[in-house]
Amino acid sequence: MTTPPAGAEGARRAVEAVWRMEAGRLIAGLARLTGDLGLAEELAQDALVAALEHWPATGVPPNPGGWLMTTAKRRAIDLHRHRDMSERKLHLLADDRQPPSPADLAAASADDHVGDDLLRLIFTACHPALSTESRVALVLKCLAGLSTAEIARAFLVSEPTIAQRIVRAKKTLSARQIAFEMPRAGDIAARRGSVLEVVYLIFNEGYAATAGEDWMRPELCAEATRLGRVLVALMPADAEVGGLLALMELQASRLPARTDAEGNPVLLAEQDRRRWDRLLLRRGLAELDRVRALDAPAGPYVVQAEIAACHARATSVGETRWDQIAAWYAILGHLWPSPVVELNRAIAVGMADGPAAGLALLDELTGSGRLAGYPQLRAARAEMLTRLGRPADARTEYERAAALSKNDRERQLFFSRALAVPD
Amino acid sequence: MRYLVLLKGKPMNEPPPAALMEAIAALGVEATRSGALLDTAGLMPRAAGARLTLIGGELDITDGPFTEAKELVSYALWEVRGPDDAVAWTRRFLAAHQEHWPAWEGEADVVKVMGPEGIG
Repeated sequence: MTTPPAGAEGARRAVEAVWRMEAGRLIAGLARLTGDLGLAEELAQDALVAALEHWPATGVPPNPGGWLMTTAKRRAIDLHRHRDMSERKLHLLADDRQPPSPADLAAASADDHVGDDLLRLIFTACHPALSTESRVALVLKCLAGLSTAEIARAFLVSEPTIAQRIVRAKKTLSARQIAFEMPRAGDIAARRGSVLEVVYLIFNEGYAATAGEDWMRPELCAEATRLGRVLVALMPADAEVGGLLALMELQASRLPARTDAEGNPVLLAEQDRRRWDRLLLRRGLAELDRVRALDAPAGPYVVQAEIAACHARATSVGETRWDQIAAWYAILGHLWPSPVVELNRAIAVGMADGPAAGLALLDELTGSGRLAGYPQLRAARAEMLTRLGRPADARTEYERAAALSKNDRERQLFFSRALAVPD
Repeated sequence: MRYLVLLKGKPMNEPPPAALMEAIAALGVEATRSGALLDTAGLMPRAAGARLTLIGGELDITDGPFTEAKELVSYALWEVRGPDDAVAWTRRFLAAHQEHWPAWEGEADVVKVMGPEGIG
């Protein structure tokens, strides 16, 4: 006989794992029933508390999702009886005070609405009326089933801060009377953009941690990639949704090579490509192939995925099709005008046509003053200057880059680069 | 974190019931749509395989069949937050066997795949 790991602790972990699996569908289903995402999230939390009380003794029930849904619905009826619920729009709630019958459980877990409910959940949680940071917190809480503490840890902020963001988000949804529904047809594209922005922001917070000691936090990348897969399953015909997933799978495939044994950053040019995650790389390329077959005009995420694919297909920096990358960056610059895109185009041109051509483009950017506080612009200039045989200028630029960086690991990298410039 | 789950079972004389295959397929779709299941497939009986050994400097190749108390049944590759989530998903696959094929007995090993987060 074996016992679950550490008794009550093991049971709690088992309940939380089931929770992460079921939270999205549960909250989405409850939000459809109540028309209120904030209330749905609270009811689902109550059901989680009930599960934590009961399951350690009874074991995880055969249909945990159905159990949670039935319990949450019952809780909703209790609330309705005991509290003034006049402002809440509780409707469609079946009166089921009796213990759930197998038929109840089967009905509660019926799959008919799941896809639509999840889509509504995603669009509501990413509503443009909410601040970006509230959207991020709400998506991770409601869709990914993360606890407030887990979100706080991932974003290096305090737990009350995350809790406040979620409370504020719920208040905004309620005050603005934002219904739990799909956007109107005319709004879909813009609202979809807000969803993708939130997911990519979560990915990037993991991929290039903007603050703190760590260069990256892979668990956030994995979270965002999983969310991307959920989105593709819900919106398979949308090329940009697939483009974002392909982009994240391809970028995540480089994670194992992005740090050395001491946790220091390793930039693309120096990465040991044998350490790239072949499975994620293949998944990314396959997703991009699927997106191309949709034959839709390329949007910004698809173009970025194309660029990532150019790197993924190359066995070395030298064999990279920098001309193609520069061309994709030119397209991206039209779709999504941004000085950072211009910077990346300049770097690609520097690789395709030589450092003088790259430096000329970088000088235009520097002259415009648009990326004055951006360390990567300085680092890119330093790289071109090194290749042009101007070591003193190169070192100065690396030192400027280090002074501008807010990430400890990255600052160290720029300093070591300055030292490594050959005379 | 990535986990490989290897399912092994007692060799059975009859094919799995259709209801079990249906339940497994539905679970596979759900797990894939959730982003957690990266890859999975059933495995043929060991009779169709081979075994290579390197013992005492001797490299040997033996063709099947092999007599085993338990046959490998399937593999699944998961990308989840930690071991508890891999266990929770695997539990549902075993629960489907329990419900639809009561005579079946087996075991699933949940093994962590080395990843960028390091060994541990």
